[in-house]
Amino acid sequence: MTIVSSLLYALIGGGALLALVRLARGPSLLDRVVATDTLLVIIAAGLAVHAALQRDPTLVPVLVVVSLLAFVGSVSVARYIGGMLLRSRTGDGSDLGLPVAAEVREEQP
Amino acid sequence: MTALADVVAFACLLAGAVLCLTAGLGLVRFPDVLSRMHAGTKPQVLGVLLVMVGAAIRLDGWANAWMLLLVAAFQLLTAPVSAHLISRVAYRRRHVRRDLLLVDEFGPAGHQDLRYRGDEPGDAPPEEDGVLPQPS
Repeated sequence: MTIVSSLLYALIGGGALLALVRLARGPSLLDRVVATDTLLVIIAAGLAVHAALQRDPTLVPVLVVVSLLAFVGSVSVARYIGGMLLRSRTGDGSDLGLPVAAEVREEQP
Repeated sequence: MTALADVVAFACLLAGAVLCLTAGLGLVRFPDVLSRMHAGTKPQVLGVLLVMVGAAIRLDGWANAWMLLLVAAFQLLTAPVSAHLISRVAYRRRHVRRDLLLVDEFGPAGHQDLRYRGDEPGDAPPEEDGVLPQPS
């Protein structure tokens, strides 16, 4: 029982840590949006695993809120970046008016 | 009976947790936004469904089961919408490694983006020399 529970927490914690790595390193804003979405889903899975292991239904309404927040956050940030396209002055999609974190770096092929 | 139910529940939870770890690995290792999104949506549908099934087996009582089913239904409804929006903005903003694409149905880069092909702000072409090109 303790082995299974610690294995479950280790797997979910490892997934959350790797998503955090992508959230910190991600070269463009969209990579961070994808990483945030995945991180919220992993957090919801961790809450459900905790509730299942403890047989404690207190956290179940929190799951609904977290899953809805992930959707609203990613959709609103994606539409915000889409609106930024109107201000792009260069023809190749690299925007001058964006902060540095939103730009994609030059990738070496 | 309860031992068998616990075994099934733990198997579902373990499979969901393995999918969460897989999503993290794919997010770190994959090269561009579209493939990272492919990896990141694994726990959004199958992982969450497995974890919800495991939790519904462990937490007995219909109230918890209905609420977990509500979470699963929300995930199934909202995952395609957000994936569609993010991938469209990624394609428009050239965050896609085009040398890795096998099929590019929007054609070669630079032709389709100069035309106004939609009703969303994200579909608008970029300004050239500070002037918005007029849709023809």
